[in-house]
Amino acid sequence: MTSVRHASPSVHRPALDVEQVRRDFPLLQTMVRGKPLVYLDNAATSQKPRSVIARTEQYYATENANVHRGVYELSERATAAYEDAREKARGFLNAASAREIVFVRGTTEAINLVASSFGRKELQAGDEVLITAMEHHSNIVPWQLICAERGALLRVAPMNKRGELLLDDFARLLSPRTKLVAVAHVSNSLGTINPIADIVRLAHAKGAAVLVDGAQAAPHAPIDVRALGVDFYTVSGHKMFGPTGIGLLYGTTARLEALPPYQGGGDMIKTVTFAKTTYAEPPAKFEAGTPNIAGAIGLGAAIEYLRGLDWDAVQAHERDLLAYATERLGALSEVELVGTAGHKASVVSFTVRGVHAHDVGTIVDQEGVAIRTGHHCTQPVMDFFGVPATARASLAFYNTRADVDALVSAVQKVTRVFAA
Amino acid sequence: MTDLSDLYQQIIVEHNRAPRNFKKLAHPTREAEGANPLCGDQIKLEVELAGDRIADIGFQGSGCAISQASASLLTGAVQGKTTAEAQALFKAVHTMLTSPPGTTVDTSGLGKLAALAGVRQFPVRVKCASLPWHTLRAALESAAQPVSTE
Repeated sequence: MTSVRHASPSVHRPALDVEQVRRDFPLLQTMVRGKPLVYLDNAATSQKPRSVIARTEQYYATENANVHRGVYELSERATAAYEDAREKARGFLNAASAREIVFVRGTTEAINLVASSFGRKELQAGDEVLITAMEHHSNIVPWQLICAERGALLRVAPMNKRGELLLDDFARLLSPRTKLVAVAHVSNSLGTINPIADIVRLAHAKGAAVLVDGAQAAPHAPIDVRALGVDFYTVSGHKMFGPTGIGLLYGTTARLEALPPYQGGGDMIKTVTFAKTTYAEPPAKFEAGTPNIAGAIGLGAAIEYLRGLDWDAVQAHERDLLAYATERLGALSEVELVGTAGHKASVVSFTVRGVHAHDVGTIVDQEGVAIRTGHHCTQPVMDFFGVPATARASLAFYNTRADVDALVSAVQKVTRVFAA
Repeated sequence: MTDLSDLYQQIIVEHNRAPRNFKKLAHPTREAEGANPLCGDQIKLEVELAGDRIADIGFQGSGCAISQASASLLTGAVQGKTTAEAQALFKAVHTMLTSPPGTTVDTSGLGKLAALAGVRQFPVRVKCASLPWHTLRAALESAAQPVSTE
């Protein structure tokens, strides 16, 4: 993937030991409908390594206390673990400071936070927010809400039939009225990897801030927010092998300091009187109420796990899986691939001629194959391609060519059922 | 252990491939739209009542095989029936679709609609089969809003 950190080239490159990696994930050992689970819905949520599950349990068993409040030892321990997770997140995103990392529920909340706080402060009537045609609903609807509230205009940069952003059109849509650009790093339904560094360069030249929805990028590579030059970057813990209900909002110190608070409550204040309240510095300013402490610590363990992987080997493996899945599914005469960008993450969306995606999903499920079917929270993408829904196989580093083979033979069964 | 052939019975596959009464009526007296927003199934049902009797019925829309076949079977089943008879059929089908998997259901009197009995072994697909029926009820009761079975 572009715009991510690559480990320095090593002398010898051992391939990823997938079988060993798979042993780290208890759920991958289970059976479904009497068959070994073939989990190909990683873009919806990923499975969790044992270390994440154990770390979460350890927190509840030995460290559970509220953070930033107690003067007793247990609370200090919980606070230290929580802040240690923030430091791990800083490292994962290569942020300059841990104060630039806000714990949120997930990408959806992160985008809503920025839409609300940035929008209330920066958007005036006639201003514009620019998104792309391939955004997830969570990177569309928050902008529609705040634009309607502020009298601002939401503009949409188009893509081509391969599912690639048209960068020239994107550049033309930027104007001095554009206050913010919000774009997915990786499209959840098409797999397209967007040229974030180019987008940032173009947007910044017009004075627009850039928010990147990194939910689908983080599971495939460590991110470098400074190399990308983004103002805001968001990830969801559960899509990157961590717990549900926890995610990260990265914002540059200058941006976060300038934003008004999102939610009010405990932990986000400096002083409170009935006449006037002053707010804490970021990130506390954006973390009202007791946070998802166990989730943050679990996400820290997931980052630790990811740090232990050889990312050159992981990326080579995922490239191989993508090429293999594209080739094998593409070879089926009844299958049409949706999203064929030149630069893709390991996501393969497809339709089966004459068969609705939900029927595809039900039939392959009988073979123990879990894929997502539907509009993937990207209805405008489905409309663009003129399909009501697609089936989507999204592969993680723990998937294998055998998983792809199982999917392909299950899809062949779909054709047999409907030929009956 | 569920069996795919319970769900995709011959009659369902066939009705999906060639839906009956997939048409727009010239003079509908009742109509309703239904949708499952989460999976994208949508259906528009038009009914022409002659007195209290369903003189003609047609549906349009798109969706999975279960929703399309269910709509097709529905139109055949309620054609010529009184609204009270159609409502009774709605109740019978609803009971059949929502009985817990593993229990026995009485499908006598349901005719071809019995082909939908296998759907209840697949809980996430029940709403696909029930959508046309909820839409029918909405049409007969002239509900102003599109219905949803989500």
